[in-house]
Amino acid sequence: MWRFIGLRCLQAIPVILAVITVTFFLVRAAPGGPFSSEKAVSPQVQAALEAQYRLDLPPLQQYTAYLVDLAKGDMGPSFYYPGRSVDELILQGLPITMELGFYALLIAIFVGSISGVVASLKPNTLQDYIPMSIAMVGICMPSFLLGPTLVLVFGILLDWLPVSGWGNSSGDKILPSITLGAMYAAYIARLSRSGMLEVMSQDYLRTARAKGLPEYVVIIKHALRGGMLPVISYLGPAFAALLSGSFVVETVFQIPGLGRFYIQAAFNRDYTMILGTTVFLSTLIVVFNLLSDIVAAWLNPRLRYQFNK
Amino acid sequence: MSSKIDILALDDGIPKGTSLWEDALVRLRKNKLSMIGLGFLIVIMVLCLLTPWIAPYGYEEQNLRLGAIPPSAEHWLGTDTFGRDMLTRILYGGRVSLLVGFIATAVALVIGVTYGAIAGYAGGKTDAFMMRLVDILYALPFMIFIILLMVVFGRNLLLLFLAIGAVEWLVMARIVRAQIQSLRQQEYVEAAISLGLSPAAIIIKHLIPNALGPVIVYTTLTIPNVMLLEAFLSFLGLGIQPPESSWGLLISYGVETMEEYPWLLIFPGLALTLTLFALNFLGDGLRDALDPKASKD
Repeated sequence: MWRFIGLRCLQAIPVILAVITVTFFLVRAAPGGPFSSEKAVSPQVQAALEAQYRLDLPPLQQYTAYLVDLAKGDMGPSFYYPGRSVDELILQGLPITMELGFYALLIAIFVGSISGVVASLKPNTLQDYIPMSIAMVGICMPSFLLGPTLVLVFGILLDWLPVSGWGNSSGDKILPSITLGAMYAAYIARLSRSGMLEVMSQDYLRTARAKGLPEYVVIIKHALRGGMLPVISYLGPAFAALLSGSFVVETVFQIPGLGRFYIQAAFNRDYTMILGTTVFLSTLIVVFNLLSDIVAAWLNPRLRYQFNK
Repeated sequence: MSSKIDILALDDGIPKGTSLWEDALVRLRKNKLSMIGLGFLIVIMVLCLLTPWIAPYGYEEQNLRLGAIPPSAEHWLGTDTFGRDMLTRILYGGRVSLLVGFIATAVALVIGVTYGAIAGYAGGKTDAFMMRLVDILYALPFMIFIILLMVVFGRNLLLLFLAIGAVEWLVMARIVRAQIQSLRQQEYVEAAISLGLSPAAIIIKHLIPNALGPVIVYTTLTIPNVMLLEAFLSFLGLGIQPPESSWGLLISYGVETMEEYPWLLIFPGLALTLTLFALNFLGDGLRDALDPKASKD
């Protein structure tokens, strides 16, 4: 197990390095300097600005200097917001995005796996068709459509919940969390249904039933462990998708989270901010993928074996 | 010599059986949801293809006096704030959305099939290296990278196709590689090798045609993903740019004015959702028909 974790961690390092390198040079390759769109400034000011942002150095030196700073946890100053560092901006938006993602993931896991398991218990009956049809709607209805629709119905027509913001009025966290979580709940429902169906036909469950265990023990103690495996391995990619999904949800509900900062940075051509956020989010995603792999391997020894081979 | 004749004679004697494809077609026809999906898609595609000839109004035809009016006899789906006919705009938007869906999927298809086939055929270290690369790319947050590409290189349609296609090929490569790897062990491939066929000829003529089932299934399921991705980017203002239009863009306009004019959100939203529905149902049906072993997830 430790060998697996060690190897898997070693593998993550080149990925993160590749992300940093590719992003750095892509951003540097972008046409137009960060200040070229501003009003004309005197050459001295221009030079001072470039020195401040290290743009006067050759690209390779800029890159190594950036790596050194990054290792110290410093992502440099923002191009767009003078006097503010990228670290500061990320730390400001991160807690909000994390909270939103956490609620959404919670909704996705609970609603998704419960409806998937319920559906799998009586396949091809109404108990199966109804949750699975709803899941299909969840998959086909993009968050940027679901969010506004929920706002229109619960925020405007029924006037039950606030339509935007985060933590400013009671209940304003409900709609964004549901909007973000819905699609993943749908995926998880489908994954857990198929996972459970596959496990249900296996011999060890027949044994469990044959020795007279009550059905709920069979399902909770024996079937779930195997049946939920696809869901566990989906959680890593789901986390990545949740982060990018939060871009839309934060835009729709005007939530000042990391996703909204990223989109704004994209529009403002705030290159250091784009670079910093990309590196930060990618690292987060790689780490989360790693964790989900480790949990999956812990639950399923076969995966460990395959990898060590 | 005589044995060859015998085999030929034997071949002629066998009545023509149903091929794999005919079998699959029969299974697909039985799946009602898939057939409804297919029918809906054909209607939408024909409408979008013929848009310039059948659209009731001009694409940029404004009627400011009208403003935004709800659906009526003259304007079946209402008009937007500039008095432009929504049905016309949705049809034109559909052209772009579907085009992106098909072309980006084609890009993914070409890259994925080529890459997967080479890795699967080569096997050994080449295969291990190529697939590890896919694993690594798979772990990257591509949404973020597409946004980055859009920012760095400007927002043009061609780049959008390439960027989305370049993201979606990974799973395709895995599927094709797994197929080719198992097919490679079969005797007919050994026979082809001993006959002196080049690897390229074997892959193209003998291996890929036999791996087509899963590829078709996955292609059908990739198109809705790609369309969703395009709509997502357009919604954020990073995809299709006006005066071009797409369903994602129409939805983002609809959201701005949904309190007063909900039909500006509802109709493009319905167009996108129903199309995605149809594609997913068709994809599920094709999977059941062509690849009965694959689990339904």
